[in-house]
Formats: sequence, C-alpha cells, structure tokens
Amino acid sequence: MPKPFPADSVGLVTPRKHHFDQPLALDSGRELPEYDLVYETYGELNADRSNAVLICHALSGDAHAAGYHSENDRKPGWWDAAIGPGKPIDTNRFFVVSSNNLGGCSGSTGPSSVNPRTGMRYGPDFPMVTVPDWVRAQARLADVLGIARFAAVIGGSLGGMQALQWAIDFPDRLRHALLIATAPKLSAQNIAFNEVARQAILSDPDFRDGRYMDHGVIPRRGLALARMLGHITYLSDDAMRAKFGRQPRGAEGKLSYSFDVDFEVESYLRYQGQTFVERFDANTYLLMTKALDYFDPAAKHGHDLSKALAHVKAEFLVVSFTSDWRFAPSRSREIVRALLDGDKDVTYAEIDAPHGHDAFLLPIPAYFDVLRAYLERVAEEVGI
Amino acid sequence: MSELRPDLAIITQWIEPGSRVLDLGCGDGTLLKYLQIHRKVSGYGLEIDHDNVVACIRNGVDVIQTDLARGLSDFDPDSFDYVLMTQTLQAVNRPHILLQEMLRVGRQGIVTFPNFGYWRLRLQLALKGRMPMSEALPHMWYDTPNIRLFTLRDFEALCHELGIRILERYVLDHAHRRRAWSDLLPNLLGEIAIYRFERR
Repeated sequence: MPKPFPADSVGLVTPRKHHFDQPLALDSGRELPEYDLVYETYGELNADRSNAVLICHALSGDAHAAGYHSENDRKPGWWDAAIGPGKPIDTNRFFVVSSNNLGGCSGSTGPSSVNPRTGMRYGPDFPMVTVPDWVRAQARLADVLGIARFAAVIGGSLGGMQALQWAIDFPDRLRHALLIATAPKLSAQNIAFNEVARQAILSDPDFRDGRYMDHGVIPRRGLALARMLGHITYLSDDAMRAKFGRQPRGAEGKLSYSFDVDFEVESYLRYQGQTFVERFDANTYLLMTKALDYFDPAAKHGHDLSKALAHVKAEFLVVSFTSDWRFAPSRSREIVRALLDGDKDVTYAEIDAPHGHDAFLLPIPAYFDVLRAYLERVAEEVGI
Repeated sequence: MSELRPDLAIITQWIEPGSRVLDLGCGDGTLLKYLQIHRKVSGYGLEIDHDNVVACIRNGVDVIQTDLARGLSDFDPDSFDYVLMTQTLQAVNRPHILLQEMLRVGRQGIVTFPNFGYWRLRLQLALKGRMPMSEALPHMWYDTPNIRLFTLRDFEALCHELGIRILERYVLDHAHRRRAWSDLLPNLLGEIAIYRFERR
C-alpha cells in the first residue's frame, strides 16, 4: 500500500504540455520553428489572475517542483520543501507555475526531441539557448495561461538569473523578483568548472559527436564525471567534512591500496554521478552550462549592471548563504548594489548556513523565515 | 503606532515629507515604517540581526542585511536626504569613520546615543569606582555592545574636528522623555542625546 501524501504536500500532480507553433527567435540568431513546454501548476489561479508565481529551475531541475507524479514516487518534486499548502510558497494563496526550460530533457523541446524539419533527433544540432530565450518562451506560456503579471518570479542559482532576466526584459509582468543564491554573471572560476564538466562529456568516446542516442549509447562516464564535479562545488568544505569526513567505506575501515572506493565521499560522488546519468541528457547538460556561461545582462549596457537594471519595476528579495562559494554572498551583493544605485526596492538577507550552494534547496529555518515573511507581504499586496 | 517612542517622534518631526532615508541599525524597522506612513519617505534600513531582518520584511521595510563595520561603500555619495542612526553609534568600532560616511551618502545625519556624562553615571564612577550602569546603559562592562562610551561634549568636539555642523540637539531621560530642566545642563542632566547635523 502506498503511503498517503504528507498534509502539507500538493499531492498528486500531472505535468502538462503546451505546443507553441509560432517560431521563437533565439539570441544565437537561429530560431525554433515550433516547440513544446512542459509545466506543472499548483494551487488555484484567482479571479483577477493576480496570484500567480513563476518558479525558475536550476541547472539540472525540471518542471516537477512539488508534489508526486504517482502514489509510488519515492521522492517529491525538487523544491517540495518550499512549495505546498502552508509552506513558504503557499499554494493556499498562490497559483504556482513551474516550467521546464527549452533545451531541457524533461519534456520540453530539447536535444533529444525530434526536429520537425528533418524528422531526426536534434542532438547536437539543437540551437544554443540563453537565459533571455527561456524568459521569452516562459512569457508566451504566461500568455497561454492568461497571466498578464506574476505576483512573483522566483529562482535559485541559474533560476535566480532567470528571475533577474524576467525583471529586466518584462518589467511590467512581475511585481516581485526573488533571487536566491545567484550571481549577475559567472566568474572565470565558475566558467572553468563548467568547461571541465563539458570536456568530460565531449571527450567520452560514447558521446559520438552528440549523436549518441542514434547509436543507442549514452556518454555515461562523461556525464557522471560532470555531475561529480558539479556536486563538489554545490557543497561547502564544512558540509563535506560533516557529511563524510574521512569515513572509510568498508566496515573494517581498511584501506584497499587500490583505486577502488576507500572513502564515503568517493562512494557518494560515484552514486550521484551514476543516478544522474539515468535521468539527465548529456546534450542538455552542455547547453545548460553554456547558458550559464553566457548570462551577463550588464554586457549590453557597457558592463554596468545598474544601467541594465535601470528600468526594472519589480521589488527584489535577494538571498545568499554564507558558505556558498559557487555563488558567494559577494556575488549577490553585486546585484543588491546595482539595485541600490537605481533606488530600486530591494531587501537582502545573508543566511548563516553551512551547507554550501545546496542550501537554497534545503528547508533551513532562517532562510524559510525570510521567504515566508516576504511572500506574505507579496500576498497581502495582491490582496490574497 | 500612536505610542511611538518620543525620540523617534522628534526624529519624525525633523524629516521633510517625501525624503530619502537610510537607517543604520534599523532594528525591526519600526521607525522606517512610521516614516513611510507619516512622512512618505523611501529608503532602506541596514541591519545585522536575522530576527530583525525578518521583522523588517514583515513591516514592509526594505532592509539590507549587513555589518556596519563594512562601511557604506555600497552607497553612492548624496544618495539620501537623511542618514539615521539610533542608539548604535556607541556600539560601532570606528564611530568617527561612520559619521563621515553618513555625511558622504546623506545630506544630513541624525544620531541618538546614551550620554556618558549623565550625572548618575559620573556619581557611580566617582563614588563606587566601578563602571557605571543605568537604564540607558544596562550591560556589564565585559558583556556590553556599547564599546564607545562618550559624552555630549566629546561628540561635539569630534563634530568640530570632522567639520560637521550641529543643527539641533535634544536631551532626553532614559524613557526618552524630554525634561525642561535638562536643557539647562544637558551634558549633566541628559541621559540620551539626539543630534541633527550636516557637513560644514
């Protein structure tokens, strides 16, 4: 017998798919002739359509942010801790929309989809997509759902960049932007990590120039390595020490004097890598990391972020975590500073948390206090 | 909001409607919220304490969680009409730098602080020979946030040295009430001081 869902869960959810038959012009100069977006919604859209909240996912996320797809699901959606009745993103008040980005591998059109012009999988021919491209695609989805203006657009990490881009590109279509554990652009170090991850995939013999699916193989080793590397950057040194220390793997605690797994942390990383391969697509990983690298809204404005944000109308909540070295608090403060320069409405919270970048996904009480207090303010503002 | 502390009420009188205000160490945002409602001000509060940050958010105040020891480098010169600091100057490491910073980013500064020249404190030190304590300074010397104790005269001497012109001054008792007689000998009879000042 499957266990009943927790009382504060949105319960059983069904992803929906919308087909867009109008071409989407992309930043790269290419276009997608047609595409699908997969999305989920939780809660009810109110009569004046003012209570919609958009969730933007991170690098390896998808549309399944909360609830369960079946009674037998072991785990709920990736941000179930934050979304649900009575949770900080309260589905009793808000209508929550979560979509899978273009180029993804969880139902929205991406490299593993069939190109209608050729009848073949896109594979490596899928056009490079950028954060602004995603925002444009989401804006069309909002049109379909009849949402003229979101009460809030919320995202962590890469999703935070997307929420920032929303505020820049569609100033009248959101009241609030919640940017969590993010940055106004990647640092050279960030790009370096992404490049190593990509090289791991590209140099896997099973990558086959991106046509691995047509050959019935998967670049498992490369994708797993990329994920292992990513995971190291998502955790803090302290979090790793606390979680694994130098705990030996075997019960006897003997060293193997071989290249087998000796320590818990090795076992953990291998497991993370192997399970990731089962659910994620290598071409999508390449695309997503490139979208991260390219993100730089200030570039078009003489590299002056304040200028890029001069016309935003949203009010901002910016949240960072003290132990996050992937997107450190100083990176969030760059955004805050640019908003202060323009006399924009901004609140900034720096959460004391040892978990590293991963903190943004965790139900840390101090963090959720901030999220809850802020979203209650948003709810009052829109009269719900 | 009718029971606003008298010191905050004095500050409110000083603030021109519609001005831009920065509140350093803004606590739970009570003053900024009051100023937003009654003086239609805009601006930000800076606060280090997490619970206060959450309280500010609930109060609808834009708050930036930061340590004042970092200075105000996130703010451009002349960004604000007023920079406020209530009961915080005595708790910062380098008050003279912060005072200058206040007048770099703001046109006028407003501070309140406990007066160490208050007669009861003088008497305690003179008679008991121990660090004085009072309602306005309730902490033991080894466990106090108030690391910079100074008098009205000390403050005014520093302002003179830094080229700061004092525009107004009030002294209050520990309950933040004004007592007519304290103005006769403010450095002796005032427990809490409020100053408004600008660059000379």
